[in-house]
Amino acid sequence: MSRVGRALLLVLLFWRGLRAPRPPGPEPAVEEGGPEEGRPFRREVGAQRRDELLVAGLLLASAAASAAFIALLFADADPRLLGLSLALAVGLLGAALGLASRRLVPREEAIEQRPRLAHPEALPPVRARLGSVGQGVSRRGLLGAAGVAAGTALAAAVAVPVTALGPAVGESIAQTPWRRGRRLVGENGKPLRAGDIPAGSFVTAFPEGADKRELGSAVVVVREDPERLALPPERQDWAPLGIVAYSKICTHAGCALAMYRQPLYEPTSDQPGIACPCHYSVFDPRTGGTVLAGPAARSLPQLPLRLGPGGELRAGGGFSGPIGPSWWGVRKT
Amino acid sequence: MLAACVAVALPACASPASGAADPVGQGRALYIESCAGCHGDDARGRHGQAPALLGVGAQSADFYLSTGRMPLADPRAEPVRSPPSYTAAERRALVAYVASLGGPRVPRVDPGRGSIAEGQELFTSHCAGCHQIVGRGGVVPGGVAPALQEATPQQIAEAVRIGPYLMPAFPERQIDQRELESIARYVLSTRNPPNRGGWGIGNIGPIPEGMVAWLLAGTALLLVVRLLGKRAEP
Repeated sequence: MSRVGRALLLVLLFWRGLRAPRPPGPEPAVEEGGPEEGRPFRREVGAQRRDELLVAGLLLASAAASAAFIALLFADADPRLLGLSLALAVGLLGAALGLASRRLVPREEAIEQRPRLAHPEALPPVRARLGSVGQGVSRRGLLGAAGVAAGTALAAAVAVPVTALGPAVGESIAQTPWRRGRRLVGENGKPLRAGDIPAGSFVTAFPEGADKRELGSAVVVVREDPERLALPPERQDWAPLGIVAYSKICTHAGCALAMYRQPLYEPTSDQPGIACPCHYSVFDPRTGGTVLAGPAARSLPQLPLRLGPGGELRAGGGFSGPIGPSWWGVRKT
Repeated sequence: MLAACVAVALPACASPASGAADPVGQGRALYIESCAGCHGDDARGRHGQAPALLGVGAQSADFYLSTGRMPLADPRAEPVRSPPSYTAAERRALVAYVASLGGPRVPRVDPGRGSIAEGQELFTSHCAGCHQIVGRGGVVPGGVAPALQEATPQQIAEAVRIGPYLMPAFPERQIDQRELESIARYVLSTRNPPNRGGWGIGNIGPIPEGMVAWLLAGTALLLVVRLLGKRAEP
């Protein structure tokens, strides 16, 4: 918090400096009349050393703020500080450009009839004017360098967060912690037994001893009426006592399946479904996790279950397919 | 019995649930009158229309009648909360009759013994997927998850144990009595959630808040741009 306070104080001091009364300097040079007589024209060359230094200071401060953003990003700092530093970088750059346009660059007021510009003889003086925009600016090198520093630093600050992308997924999706014989445990870490999954309830389970936060860890376990199960032929022994387990990660966008609709009286309501709260994909627990509704395009990966000698639930192997959200070519794996 | 009624207090006999006779008998009479059409004369249910009430117990009867979910005009419609159709005395009689067919009693719950912090944690993992974290309700494919601000602690406990309509049931093994009391306490607290000032838009969470902010800020920006453009005109 103190860092934020100090940063705010800095901004305040800077603002006060901007508002401070200007020391009397040489009068800005004003040129009346124009290259072509008879037209209203006014040119003001206002560059002063003090203004140049101020603009250069603003540009360098913007560069410093961008550098601070990069440093804070790598230091894993508070996101508010990240936002503040980036806002300072952009804001100071804007202030520098605004000040430069008002105080450094010569200002011209000229009115010219449009058809005149089409005449080729009018072009050379226009070119000459355009070439003289730096007139009166003495520290061009400093300003240019400061501008390049500010722009480069801001571009770097915007580009560097790319490094925050995680490592390539590679083969890790195919390797879940589930192995044949591994026990299912509840959120409290206690092994789950068949009796812990009463009909109509919805239990989240994890592989014993594995990291619960891993994408392939969490499974949803529900108990269906064994007579109503319609699993594919090769999965007939995957559901002891009608208990089925599926990956808890939706195959659409990778949200956790947190909704289970379990009809109290099926003839007058919907069939059972495991649903995702993000985009309402619904999967059928009776038919091996096939999609009933919603944007998901792929069945939920099913985890084969076995009943241990003490009635505890154990995995009968790995998932039936790749877990997590779908990607190009997911069906080829 | 009629003679006794006349002798004691005539107006009391006008209501079938006067309390003068046994509530199970009165409940049975009411049941035959209004419920048997779908649930069957013997409460065994009618296939494709309504489930059997044998073994559902006072728990279910009290829940469905006190929240006005039953009676249902159309058996295919989703039962939703509405003003109860029966008086408290009539409900007591009906509940007594359904309870006489066997099944769990009305769960006792004392939210005062629960912990609000634990309740929020449990609510997050078990309920918020459908009912939304401040209990303002939501949509499940195929049904509506109701808002919970009107629910009494007893109705909360009953719903958790029964799993009405499409809601899964949470038996004692999954949510024990103390946890249930914590959940009830948390749900009661959502009636008056902490107000941090500003426009709360019903405490429905940060994503809608962000969307509203974007909408308002975008409109304000558009107006500012338009004003600036007007000023720039000669």
